[in-house]
Amino acid sequence: MSDSTHVDAMKLGAKAVAVGATRTRTIVFTLFGVAILLTVLKPWIPAALVRLPEGLILPWADWLDAGFSWLQNDIGLIHVTRTISGWLGFLTDAAANVLYGKSRWPRLEALPWSVVAACSAVLGYWLGGWRLALLAGGTLVWTALMGQWKWAMETMSVIVVAVPFGFGIGLLLGMCAWKSRRFEEALRPVLLILQTLPFYSYLLPAVIFFKVGPTAASVATIVYSMPPMILMTIVGLRKVPPDVVEAGRMAGCTRWQMLRSVFLPSARSEILVGLNQVIMLALAMVVLTAFIGMPGLGAKLLAMMNSFKLGRSFEIGVTIVLLAVTLDRLSKAWVVKQPEHFEKGTPWWQRHSFLLLGIATFMLFYVLSQYLPILNEVGRRQSLSMGKEIDTLIKGFLGISWVKAITDFIRWFFNIWVLIPTELALLFLPTFTVILVMTGVGYLLGGWLPALIGFLFFSAVAQLGWWDRAMLTLHSTLTAVFLAMLFGMPLAIWAAHRERASRWMIFACDTAQTFPSFIYLLPAIMLFGITPITVILAILIYTMVPVVRYTVEGLRGVPREITEAADMSGATRWQKLWKVEFPLAMPTIAVGLNQAFIFAFFMVIIAAFIGTRDLGQEMQRTLAGTDLGKNFTLGFSVVFMALTLDIAINSWARKRRKILGQ
Amino acid sequence: MNSDIPVISAEHVWKLFGPSPEAYLSRMPEDHSFEDIRSDGYIAGVKDVSLEVVKGEMLVIMGLSGSGKSTLVRCFSRLHDITGGVIKIDGQDIMSLNATELIELRRSKMGMVFQSFGLLPHRTVLENVAFPLEMRGQDRHARRERALEMVKLVGLDGREDYFPRELSGGQQQRVGIARSLAIEPNIWFLDEPFSALDPLIRREMQDEFLRLQDMLGKTIVFITHDFDEALRLADRIAIMKDGAVEQVDTPDKIVLNPATEYVARFTEEVDKASVVHASVLARDGVPADGEPVPGNATILSLARRLVEDTSDTIPVSLADGSTGAMDRKAALAVLFGERV
Repeated sequence: MSDSTHVDAMKLGAKAVAVGATRTRTIVFTLFGVAILLTVLKPWIPAALVRLPEGLILPWADWLDAGFSWLQNDIGLIHVTRTISGWLGFLTDAAANVLYGKSRWPRLEALPWSVVAACSAVLGYWLGGWRLALLAGGTLVWTALMGQWKWAMETMSVIVVAVPFGFGIGLLLGMCAWKSRRFEEALRPVLLILQTLPFYSYLLPAVIFFKVGPTAASVATIVYSMPPMILMTIVGLRKVPPDVVEAGRMAGCTRWQMLRSVFLPSARSEILVGLNQVIMLALAMVVLTAFIGMPGLGAKLLAMMNSFKLGRSFEIGVTIVLLAVTLDRLSKAWVVKQPEHFEKGTPWWQRHSFLLLGIATFMLFYVLSQYLPILNEVGRRQSLSMGKEIDTLIKGFLGISWVKAITDFIRWFFNIWVLIPTELALLFLPTFTVILVMTGVGYLLGGWLPALIGFLFFSAVAQLGWWDRAMLTLHSTLTAVFLAMLFGMPLAIWAAHRERASRWMIFACDTAQTFPSFIYLLPAIMLFGITPITVILAILIYTMVPVVRYTVEGLRGVPREITEAADMSGATRWQKLWKVEFPLAMPTIAVGLNQAFIFAFFMVIIAAFIGTRDLGQEMQRTLAGTDLGKNFTLGFSVVFMALTLDIAINSWARKRRKILGQ
Repeated sequence: MNSDIPVISAEHVWKLFGPSPEAYLSRMPEDHSFEDIRSDGYIAGVKDVSLEVVKGEMLVIMGLSGSGKSTLVRCFSRLHDITGGVIKIDGQDIMSLNATELIELRRSKMGMVFQSFGLLPHRTVLENVAFPLEMRGQDRHARRERALEMVKLVGLDGREDYFPRELSGGQQQRVGIARSLAIEPNIWFLDEPFSALDPLIRREMQDEFLRLQDMLGKTIVFITHDFDEALRLADRIAIMKDGAVEQVDTPDKIVLNPATEYVARFTEEVDKASVVHASVLARDGVPADGEPVPGNATILSLARRLVEDTSDTIPVSLADGSTGAMDRKAALAVLFGERV
């Protein structure tokens, strides 16, 4: 190509980009313009554009109910699920018998708490040295001494059953998806929906098909904890280096040998990370199954919070957090634990020293606990719980006049100046305006497809018939995420420019992310009682974690040479931040933002029991009955809103990454 | 085995990557170049390659990255299914094998060493070496014994229980070599085995490799992008570019008579005197006086004789016992790096 034609081609290219930009601007301006026009002219436009007329809202709930009833009775799915439920019940009962002495098969005595605690400490020591030993042992000693042993074991009895199933089924589905593209393509949207489905929609089908209590809890937990296992399995198997695969093939492996001896062991790390995720999600879910009558720590926490016993709630909260951190650290230590070789001639007892230590510890504490009853069971009288005292302390602190003045002011300010106006504004907007705005946002962020999805999904929300409640849900979500960014971003920017601070911040966020979501309600309730601002505060704390984490990570990830180049170009700190660091970090920050939205949708629904008026409230009511159709129309209203944002933000992040060559 | 049949023979082998390569190859005009093929949306990994490797020979395939050398060796081992042509191993068309027969072939006849080692991270040195034996179902005792022998052969005795991550790069590749030899293959494929190593270690591994080859006498296909390495190791070198073989010949002849401009560019920097042997310059039926020089001596090692001798021709004793003669001026030209 000659020089002149080359220049021409470049000009053409530039023109095409310019035309593209103008077209985007025209489309977005048109969409937003019509949206604003509709709002301003609200009194004069046809009512059908303001709210979808009743006649157009189809009886989705009835249809769904008919469908479910057909599945349940005509197909006979209920017999299948009841059979499965029988087996699961058997397993959870057996676990319950061993852990806290529920009188079921195998009818052993409950394991003394000291045995469990000591063996966990040995396990911790094996996986990660004395720190983990202390964490694992300490957590269980605390649990026992606080008199929460039985509740904790009720919770654990579901986890020990649900985790192997979640792991196994997830691994299997992951391998199928890895083998067959078509299966993977079919699975992806299901996983997306599962990821955004509010947890009440996990609970009700579980109850209807699998009986109330531990069985339903296990099923909900298994389904909820599985998706990341599937994804991690796919990632791990795809990542096996081609050299290793070819070495396996050249060694003459059959297909089965390839899978068993080459692929699965090589994907060990990812598979174990998947297991870690399964465990953490299982804990988060099992705590929430309190809402369907699953006894345990979650149920106690719910009861205590409902009766405003803050001290006791606090203690249970600490236990749940400690358990979460312990399970997380232990399983993560397993991920990084590499096999060690022994020098030749190491005697067998040295090779298996930890196993022997474990057995010895088990026997020692078992025998001890026969003579020292306190090591067997900590009775009500002996427990060190200081619930009442902490209660008085917290309530006393909140009662101090200046503290009360501050919390009252915050409550008043946010209610009058933030929450009520924005809520009224969102409710005031015509339905069609919101749909157009979401379409525009989709187009702006990701182009045609996200725009179309925004249009279709928000129309679907209108169609499902819970528009006003959906707007309330959306309102809480948007407000809380906005506030989380307002507070979280400066904090993250501050930390990202300091070596130690950013390390600590990432550590703190990673730890906080392992806490079951339910826990985040606790500080909010303590500070503000049962009010609308409590809900916002809980979501705010919960969503600030991903916002801060990914902002720090994104800013830290900017290559050193680039910031140095900016320094050498004479950029000031602000210029560097705005012109160099943020543009490069934005794709990562967007991932955090996306996670924040998904977390927010999850939390706003849980917060229903504090007394919201949104979709979650209606969903919670369905739990008492068998209103599966209504539950799902509500659930999918949430799914559609969450997925619109998810798809738009993700496609934006992908586009940016491509441009930046990341 | 009949020694007339080459161990590996490739006839007009094609490997195309793209949406439907077979159909494309059948309708493609014969004189299509690499670029023509690419503009049609296909990549010619291997383009009409024909060559043979005889028993006990070491063929080095040399080419820059993307020249198709790794693809070609993967066609020989049928890690890739070829698009056109025939590849025969010991006279048998490997594309006609079914999955079980292919596995059997690899379990009994082939060994392969990889550039980034391809070791299984969760297995010890010994277990990695024993892996192919385990796959073909040998019992624990026998495979342990054989694996120990192999580990010793590559000089890693004492580290049998180490894990790959506990070894240096050179040591890891020794494990890869031991593993590829565990089943006593006739054919040994080495895909840039030393490219990931430091220059000093690379040199050491090359020496080690020559020692092993002296001892074992396998039929070898060795891939490299390093021309010096090729010269140092090869019986014959095949130089590849854009999927096609530019020239296949002994190192001497490639250095003396590069077939194409492309090959010539590689040979320019080479010190020819240390590559070319006397036997290559020798011709029959030319009279020569004096003490004959050995045919396998390099021109460089004969430098003093070439300069001090004043006759036109110098006798060379050849491998078959006869005596030839080489032109002294021609040899001097090689010595001084002039173009011949």
